[in-house]
Amino acid sequence: MTSKTAEAAQHTIRRVLDEKRHMPGALLPILHAIQDALGHVPAHAVAPIAEALNLSRAEVHGVITYYHHFRSESAKGPVVQVCRAEACQSMGGEALWAHACGKAKGADVTLEPVYCLGLCATAPAMSIDDKPYARVGATKFDHLLAQLKEAA
Amino acid sequence: MSSIKIYVPRDSAALALGADEVAAAIATQARQRGLQIELVRNGSRGMFWLEPLVEVETPAGRMAYGPVQPDDVAGLFDAGLHTGGPHALSLGLTDNIDYLRRQERLTFARMGITDPVSLADYQAHEGYAGLRKALQLQPGEVVQQVLDSGLRGRGGAAFPAGIKWKTVAAAQLPQGERRAVPSRTAPPPEGDTAEGRGGEPFLQKYVVCNADEGDSGTFSDRMTMEGDPFMLIEGMTIAALATGATRGYIYVRSEYPHAIQTLNEAISNATAAGFLGDSVLGSGRAFHLEVRKGAGSYVCGEETAMLESIEGKRGVVRAKPPIPALKGLFGQPTVINNVITFASVPIILARGAAFYANYGVGRSKGTLPIQLAGNIKHGGLVEKAFGVTLRELMMDYGGGTASGRPIKAVQVGGPLGAYVPEAQWDLPMDYEGWAAVGATVGHGGIVVHDDTADLAKLARYAMEFCAVESCGKCTPCRIGSTRGVEVIDRITRGENRPQQVKLLRDLCDTMVNGSLCAMGGMTPFPVLSALNHYPQDFGLSNPDRKAA
Repeated sequence: MTSKTAEAAQHTIRRVLDEKRHMPGALLPILHAIQDALGHVPAHAVAPIAEALNLSRAEVHGVITYYHHFRSESAKGPVVQVCRAEACQSMGGEALWAHACGKAKGADVTLEPVYCLGLCATAPAMSIDDKPYARVGATKFDHLLAQLKEAA
Repeated sequence: MSSIKIYVPRDSAALALGADEVAAAIATQARQRGLQIELVRNGSRGMFWLEPLVEVETPAGRMAYGPVQPDDVAGLFDAGLHTGGPHALSLGLTDNIDYLRRQERLTFARMGITDPVSLADYQAHEGYAGLRKALQLQPGEVVQQVLDSGLRGRGGAAFPAGIKWKTVAAAQLPQGERRAVPSRTAPPPEGDTAEGRGGEPFLQKYVVCNADEGDSGTFSDRMTMEGDPFMLIEGMTIAALATGATRGYIYVRSEYPHAIQTLNEAISNATAAGFLGDSVLGSGRAFHLEVRKGAGSYVCGEETAMLESIEGKRGVVRAKPPIPALKGLFGQPTVINNVITFASVPIILARGAAFYANYGVGRSKGTLPIQLAGNIKHGGLVEKAFGVTLRELMMDYGGGTASGRPIKAVQVGGPLGAYVPEAQWDLPMDYEGWAAVGATVGHGGIVVHDDTADLAKLARYAMEFCAVESCGKCTPCRIGSTRGVEVIDRITRGENRPQQVKLLRDLCDTMVNGSLCAMGGMTPFPVLSALNHYPQDFGLSNPDRKAA
């Protein structure tokens, strides 16, 4: 990280803290805002958050690592989430997951399992950066991945 | 020339099938043809095999076309879409579609009909009639209406909503208790109550909506938030008036970005129009509502873990008592209900408790928005009064499996619900009747599996999921789930099978009776039901129901 981007990140963290530190139960909204702005919650954010909320750094670190949603490193490329829950399993979700694991290797994407996107009547389901896709088979998956490559 | 109203849903299931692209194609075609149209992004009607479902307003009623892909749009206009003309995708009048016509849509009466964020639309369809009625009543009378309606928690636990509300309404500060020094997590919200300053006793009641709909096979909360959010907001406002709460939170999972966006839009519209804020509809009574976003933890759907999460902590389950109705969010009396529970309240107030209680059977009053999911031909939302059977739902509405193969297993009530064997498919849906045979109604999600399903694998998955999502507070859940995976693996590998089956049953007994919450306490339900009803999948030749 160049010193300039580091400085910008610090500035973002300050701004978020100033904006949200007085909310009741401010920690999750603060972490969401930082991750939305920076793509992840950097390690150097822990100390200022802890100080602003009068928490220990261990408490802040514990919350960040408890929740699957928060990441300590930015995702590589778009985030592709494939549902592995029961309803999607009943329509070939596990085969889709296996296919996705194979295809994601070498592609510039971050593949993650997700447990339910609420698209259970149109399974198997997945999402790319929060955009939902339903009834995804191997062909549709490859098509979507190719579109991502084109866009990149 | 007046403009033609065309509806394309904004529900995420419709979006996932290309609704945005269809809407864009419709706008382009209309422009090219010089037709003046008004494109309304409605909620979904809940017939997902027909999504994206495009509707057009005609003098005879709304005409439906579906499933529409962007490539179909030009042809649809050629066929006279804007006047409801015939086309291969034509489904006739939406209201006449059998799947919809045979339902009893009370809670979901407006679903797919209105523009989700239009207050004018909402009020033109009986919206806010419940709140206006509640404002004419004393808080105790509002609670009584909810009690008399027989409404029970639709999130899964089925606890009578009215009793919860009554407890919160009656909650007082214990004698002599002084307000604690404002803690770092719970600063008393500015300007809420005049008392509670300078060391005086402080009582801030809350209304919290549990919208952490993490169960696979359920999407009625998502549909409500995306398709008719004012109904939830109205229900929560009524709860606030009835209990004396002035602040509310809706805890929505991060996997539902569209629901969060629609809710925020609706809350801001409701606030601007005076339905929320310092003086709800000029009554002088305040209710402030805010959305809180979860962060991908399944167990935060458990109410006390959810409270911890809203307070900014790890989503770890609290021991009960004290119950949240007395010591809930930030230690204050808190009404916690699920989305559908709150969403059922406006119609109860608007039409009266007796109207609602007239539906249903036994102690299961009213209707349930049931979700047909998984391997099913006609998946979607079916709202019916209690008393409907699984066979009716899966066959008459669902049309059997999507794959065309026979149904092998059906899981009802989410990942913690039992697999229900065919012998029980004719049992009327009712909380008590189902509990008696070990089935759970839960949140009304039905996941169908065809005969290719391996129930031993699904049982293993249930334990594995519990191991991944356990909050770690209690041992039976944290360690039991990992041991459960290992034991099931040994059974399927055929290592000392009879002994391992006994071990699995012992382990399940410990989890059921020793876990703090439903996560560990109910994971054994799918596991044991799979073992009992599908022993052959575990490599057991003889039905093992009474073994050990």
